[in-house]
Amino acid sequence: MLRRVGLSLRHFLLERNSSAGHSSCSREAKMSRPVQARRLEGIDKNIWVEFVKLAATYSKVNLGQGFPDFPPPDFLTEAFTRALGGQNHMLHQYTRAFGHPPLVTVLAQFFKKLLGRDLDPMTNVMVTVGAYQALFCCFQALVDEGDEVIIIEPFFDCYEPMVRMAGGTPVFVPLRPNPPKDGKLMSSADWQLDPAELASKFSERTKAIVLNSPNNPLGKVFSRGELGLIAELCVKHDVLCISDEVYEWLVYDGKQHIRIASLQGMWDRTVTVGSAGKTFSVTGWKVGWVVGPDRLLQHLRTVHQNSVYHCATIAQEAVAQGFQRELRLYGKPESYFVQLPKELQQKRDWLVQSLDGVGMKPIIPEGTYFLVADISQFKSDVPDVPNSDEPYDYRFAKWMIKSKGLAAIPLSAFYSEAHKNNYTNFIRFCFAKEEATLKAANEILQKWKQEKTSS
Amino acid sequence: MFLASRNFCCHGIRTCQLRTDLLSRSIKHSTSATMPFRHKNTRRIEGLDSNVWVEFTKVAADPSIVNLGQGLPDISPPSYVKEELAKVAAVDRLNQYTRGFGHPSLVKEGDEVIIIEPFYDCYEPMVKMAGAKPVFIPLRCKNDGNSASSADWVLDPAELANKFNSKTKAIILNTPHNPIGKVFTREELQVIADLCIKHDTLCISDEVYEWLVYKGKKHIKIATLPGMWERTVTIGSAGKTYSVTGWKLGWSIGPEYLIKHLQVVHQNTLYTCPTPLQEALAQAFWIDYKRMDDPDCYFHSLSRELESKRDRMAQLLKEAGLKPVVPDGGYFMIVDVSMLNVDLSDVDEKQPYDYKFVKWMIASKKLSAIPLSAFCGPETKKQFEKYIRFCFIKKDSTLDAAEVILKNWNKQTG
Repeated sequence: MLRRVGLSLRHFLLERNSSAGHSSCSREAKMSRPVQARRLEGIDKNIWVEFVKLAATYSKVNLGQGFPDFPPPDFLTEAFTRALGGQNHMLHQYTRAFGHPPLVTVLAQFFKKLLGRDLDPMTNVMVTVGAYQALFCCFQALVDEGDEVIIIEPFFDCYEPMVRMAGGTPVFVPLRPNPPKDGKLMSSADWQLDPAELASKFSERTKAIVLNSPNNPLGKVFSRGELGLIAELCVKHDVLCISDEVYEWLVYDGKQHIRIASLQGMWDRTVTVGSAGKTFSVTGWKVGWVVGPDRLLQHLRTVHQNSVYHCATIAQEAVAQGFQRELRLYGKPESYFVQLPKELQQKRDWLVQSLDGVGMKPIIPEGTYFLVADISQFKSDVPDVPNSDEPYDYRFAKWMIKSKGLAAIPLSAFYSEAHKNNYTNFIRFCFAKEEATLKAANEILQKWKQEKTSS
Repeated sequence: MFLASRNFCCHGIRTCQLRTDLLSRSIKHSTSATMPFRHKNTRRIEGLDSNVWVEFTKVAADPSIVNLGQGLPDISPPSYVKEELAKVAAVDRLNQYTRGFGHPSLVKEGDEVIIIEPFYDCYEPMVKMAGAKPVFIPLRCKNDGNSASSADWVLDPAELANKFNSKTKAIILNTPHNPIGKVFTREELQVIADLCIKHDTLCISDEVYEWLVYKGKKHIKIATLPGMWERTVTIGSAGKTYSVTGWKLGWSIGPEYLIKHLQVVHQNTLYTCPTPLQEALAQAFWIDYKRMDDPDCYFHSLSRELESKRDRMAQLLKEAGLKPVVPDGGYFMIVDVSMLNVDLSDVDEKQPYDYKFVKWMIASKKLSAIPLSAFCGPETKKQFEKYIRFCFIKKDSTLDAAEVILKNWNKQTG
């Protein structure tokens, strides 16, 4: 039936085209049958597209999308400039597809130290266009139609559409808040998985679990015990672990970032994802990587060589030099990996104070440069929007950008469709910002509080 | 709180089912000793692991080899392009994320996609990864094998028409063509356009070599033909335009209703492309846009420079007794090596002749090229296995070194 309809539509178009020739209405003409592939169903909306546009239009202070507004370290931009102006103009041409040799070499050396095992730069490391593309390769290589993938909520929003695009089924398990009894501010450590609930999500169809530690958006740094629990289940059910550790260096209060790949039975089943953008404050360079066993990485290489194939050479060269410097200064006070978290911790504390001072309840993050705050006290400010199917925090965040000029991201953006209404009183702030930006944010908040108390 | 969490758990029937499943399974699992490792690759990448570039860049990596294989310039990019990037790198905010948008999401399982052979090798695996079926049609040599120019290679219109059916979703066009260097004429493009319109088919037009067109030829964009704008996605490359393949910047141009689907794929795969590189490229484009009518415009000066390299390369190959197919565009040249009669029957590998020839040539002549059958579907490999592809976007010293090898060729062969 449909086919007959299709044929007659085509027939109609053919007649129209041959008589009209190069007519102006050809601009509006489209293909008569659905153009897009089914794999795009339901993944066309993207929170960032929406909020980045809003922030660009209205915000005076942008604590929304996660990127630093302070400069990257000098040693890194200098490495980039040196590479540009240097004798070796071949740095403007293709390099090795799976990673520029100087970069994979130093990454292998670095992670050998961190994981306590020998790594082959050619087979245990691959460079990608940002950690984003690393994740894409993981899902395309390892998730088949009908596979289930466990995602811990709240989650960095791309995991879900990427699992679906690979034909997999996401299975969600939430971190649940257990507020401290003494009325103190919550910490991201207070959001925890229920072990029995987590165990119940594993089935024979479970192909992988996505772990993100330190966690975006909460800032949770999974403890050894929590990781051990996940590891045990992975081993028991023969499940892979895709471990997104892009914020691995941003850990506060003397906490330790533990790499799940170093736990018993995990190396063989884990792909660890990293990011130069987060490590060196250069999100725009789009250099990421995966570290893992050859048996898994070989499949990621297949996806990579059939999609992006190479990553930009110059950026890789500069990042390699950045890592070489950090390897030399590892653990020393001048190391960027020591200085950056120190600086960010101060900013965190400053924003916590700022938010707490006006009655928003921040959840103190153990890591990352994000902070989630409870905005239930500000409920009254946001006008009621009838017929809105948007969760409260979306409306709140949009209203706040437009009327206060302060941009943040609603927490329900990090939840599956089914659970979007579970946590609608939280918004996420990014504090990887210059002092001036944070001060300006504070001014907006203070003024807002004054307006509320005076009204 | 505990009660509430129970409710969440049984929110969907499925979660409850999972629990019961788990219970029975956990008993089974706790008693099994070792688990079979089931982590094989997904079906979508089955058979896509081998790749001609991975294979040949490794073999040609030895610095003593004159590399005319992989298509990358060893000449310097224009200095203002490098300068723009240097300027940009100093601007802090340009080291962070930019606007999210800068792959065919239009092809799905069951679709057919027409690919003209020989073809840039990635088309086939990409079509397959999208779950669709590649349908091949070869360019055929007009003069019965006696080809001196890329213009001799043509499509048979009747044969092409036969390839279109109701399942045909798209055709991939590559002009100027890699590897042959053919620049499709207006008439040839019209034949393709007519079929696209008749069968309501998309056209994915890979025009990365659009500026590399030699004297007497003109690059025509199929999207400008009547009825084609609304069904064409045109692809371009900074790497080829400005000799900066390592910048890995490209673009798609087309009607909004097609591009928006590409944007969805993009936002779910890479999300953004490197900011400083895009900024520098934009600056470079402005510089050349303003002088499009000037012979000094890089788009014109590069093709002039390459034309003399093309002519030199063709001459050298002829003198060595080979038959080059002189390209009208691009920076590749294919060569028929069969008249050299190099006997490789003792080479054990089950690879096509040209693969074996190139490997032999690298090992014994220290000169590398790419075998043409890498660019063919399974049916036509036999047809093309006597050709190899040379890349001539190389500095003079590289071509000098190639000249030495070619001039001495006959002195060494047995």
